[in-house]
Amino acid sequence: MANFYTDNPDLKNHLSHPLMEKIVALKERNYTDAEKFDYAPVDYADAMDNYDKVLEIVGDICGGKIAENAEGVDHQGASCSDGHAHYADGTVENLDLCRKAGLMGMAMPRRLGGLNFPITPYIMAADIVSRADTGFENLWGLQDCAETIYEFGSEEQKQKYITRVCQGETMSMDLTEPDAGSDLQSVMLKATEQPDGTWRLNGVKRFITNGDSDIHLVLARSEDGTKDGRGLSMFIYDKRDGGVTVRRIENKMGIKGSPTCELVYKNAKAELCGSRRMGLIKYVMALMNGARLGIAAQSVGVSEIAYREALAYAKERQQFGKPIIEFPAVYEMLSVMKAKLDASRCLLYETARYVDLYKAYEDVEKERKLTPEEKAELKVYRKYADACTPLAKGLSSEYCNQNAYDCIQIHGGSGFMKDYACERVYRDARITSIYEGTTQLQVVAAIRHVTTGTYTALMDIYKAMPFSEELADVKERLGKLVEKYVAAVDAVQAVNDPAYTDFMARRLVEMAGNLVMAYLLATDATRYNSESMTKSAKVYANMAEAEVVKHSSFIASFKPEELKIYVQA
Amino acid sequence: MSLNIVVLAKQVPDTRNVGKDAMKEDGTINRAALPAIFNPEDLNALEQALRLKDANPGSTVTILTMGLPRAAEVIREAIYRGADGGIVLTDRALGGADTLATSYSLAQAVKKIGNYDIILGGRQAIDGDTAQVGPQIAEKLGLPQVTYAEEILDCKNGYVTVKRRLENGFEVVKSPLPCVVTVNGSAAECRPRNAQRLMKYKRAVSTSEKAALADAAREFVDKHPYLNIDEWSAAFVEADPEQIGLPGSPTKVKAVENVVFTAKESRRLDNNDQDIENLIVELIANHTIGG
Repeated sequence: MANFYTDNPDLKNHLSHPLMEKIVALKERNYTDAEKFDYAPVDYADAMDNYDKVLEIVGDICGGKIAENAEGVDHQGASCSDGHAHYADGTVENLDLCRKAGLMGMAMPRRLGGLNFPITPYIMAADIVSRADTGFENLWGLQDCAETIYEFGSEEQKQKYITRVCQGETMSMDLTEPDAGSDLQSVMLKATEQPDGTWRLNGVKRFITNGDSDIHLVLARSEDGTKDGRGLSMFIYDKRDGGVTVRRIENKMGIKGSPTCELVYKNAKAELCGSRRMGLIKYVMALMNGARLGIAAQSVGVSEIAYREALAYAKERQQFGKPIIEFPAVYEMLSVMKAKLDASRCLLYETARYVDLYKAYEDVEKERKLTPEEKAELKVYRKYADACTPLAKGLSSEYCNQNAYDCIQIHGGSGFMKDYACERVYRDARITSIYEGTTQLQVVAAIRHVTTGTYTALMDIYKAMPFSEELADVKERLGKLVEKYVAAVDAVQAVNDPAYTDFMARRLVEMAGNLVMAYLLATDATRYNSESMTKSAKVYANMAEAEVVKHSSFIASFKPEELKIYVQA
Repeated sequence: MSLNIVVLAKQVPDTRNVGKDAMKEDGTINRAALPAIFNPEDLNALEQALRLKDANPGSTVTILTMGLPRAAEVIREAIYRGADGGIVLTDRALGGADTLATSYSLAQAVKKIGNYDIILGGRQAIDGDTAQVGPQIAEKLGLPQVTYAEEILDCKNGYVTVKRRLENGFEVVKSPLPCVVTVNGSAAECRPRNAQRLMKYKRAVSTSEKAALADAAREFVDKHPYLNIDEWSAAFVEADPEQIGLPGSPTKVKAVENVVFTAKESRRLDNNDQDIENLIVELIANHTIGG
């Protein structure tokens, strides 16, 4: 039985990143919890040892039962009857295991029953879970929602709900409605305040992942007569109170173990979470950023399994008297898959660290005033997190789809049959570039960091880091590519037409992504002295160069006045 | 009703994944090449014990293991999964024990623990595969025994109800407490390690492990009494020196033969009685099956 943590040395490498020391010291408030909680670490080494050992539990469960159950869960799927969603048998077993292992509420503070893990090791667990069963990662990963209650809820709500999440109750975020998908400002679910201060919810939500969860975060219109995002508030609905039924669940292409529900709210009792009117503009944005990082982790997990399945098959499958892995057409595909996997993983953990840092500062700020230096750091890390999150979500999800595609390609005709895991991986991958904001919306979130120079600032930081001798050439080439990227950004901005910038945005964001990832992969390969990452860094740099040149050439040759030929009626 | 539950566990070489270097030239086990693991069926027994504890609040689960001092690993593992604590029965004098001496030694330790309601153990260990130790302990303690247990269905009013796995089905039996129950590999898998428990107990050490620690680490253990795993000697459990270890073991290994299974050719049999009968006769003649 494989352990999905220990069989992947890159994970331990990423966990050992030097920034972790700062993250952990902040998160642990200089290890003062050790006096109050017998499972709190006494110092940095102790904390790192804890993450390592707990991830080993995650890897054990994932490499064992959860991976084993994935096929059965995919075949059986979730079902719906009597107004409720029901998990597949394997899913029930998976959840039970995660509860018993104490892997719910991992990032929540100890006083609420959590493990007080930073985001980085938590996201690593998500990466591992997704490799085992991509759809299950959704259910397990929705513990993220507790973060929103922690950040914006009252102390009473934290005590009431987060403790339950840490005990293993599941969550959902009820945002989407039939007429409000990407455009959440159009949410119509009606919230009415009662004389006792509680609220009643009425209306319909659609496409709700794990919609029959124990604790829901619900976006609803609290301000009668309003039409936009400013009339929306965030509510907590407790399944124990009743009032919400599952009308149907979707028959989906993939992640079949995760029930996607249509919910009917009939006078469902709910509590306001945070302040009125801040539901969309503040809380959902925070919730979404967390969720997007989760999908980035899910995508990396998909890339991992796609690569491993393809590699195993290519070694085993013989054609023309030798294993197909010996053919350049096949080994190139595998190398590129691995490079995309490694690159997305580097960006995933870089993003997670930035999120960790700014969130830890924000949390410390609740207890004491930050020093001016700390405040400045908070601001910078938040900016980096904001810039990296859509990049990680957007590009990693696209890469995992490409990897799933190539995984089937390497399997040939067999990959098209239901006999191999790759067809499930292919179906499971597809949603990652759609939900929690499509790739196109990630581009919208990322483009301002292209135009304001956040990505070039990051590239400057990476450029100044050590590169191994073997990667000196990569460093030099990347330096030249950055110039091409900057020139392309300038050219697009010079046109000074928002529609034109939108049209070119994906190209620019992809260029930025290619460069950031290429730098990260090369510097991480150097830092961890990793042979496999060095190889990937070279393969990825070749690919990034071709991509950047391609986009740069497209932008250079494009006549802005020809934009109209693309307009469709 | 709260119960005092004792689980017998053994650290064994992982014989499920035997590589080329698993055996030394003289035919003995090369322990260095085989990772030491928690005997799988003892994990099944631990799960039954933890379920009893879940159903009977206030119960305690104590692991008893006999072996080298490093067998404390088994106790830590059990604690991570929910056991309350454990004892390593370790002594040079206990070495080389066969099942008779082992069961005597463990029975003495169980007596020392005292006040037990139920003793659980795996059906057998994967190194020896005898399945004798559990039943012998029951005999030595004068307790009823239930073997091949698949599930403890109920434990109340001084009785335990157990579902036993049989060759072609199962039976449900009831036994008065205290008793010994040996659990089959077909029983529920053991629950995973719990993250909080692991972080809390990862520094738990046996007496001899503690002695080898650096000062700071030892002080930490002293400050947190729950991190101490007791080690008991043969004298402590008042074992008769003649009945333990090599002197107490009538079983002697005469020779160990390294058998290599080979299958060089395949044969095709037709689906008729004559062909099958011929095969059976042949297999009995060459001792592949039967006596």
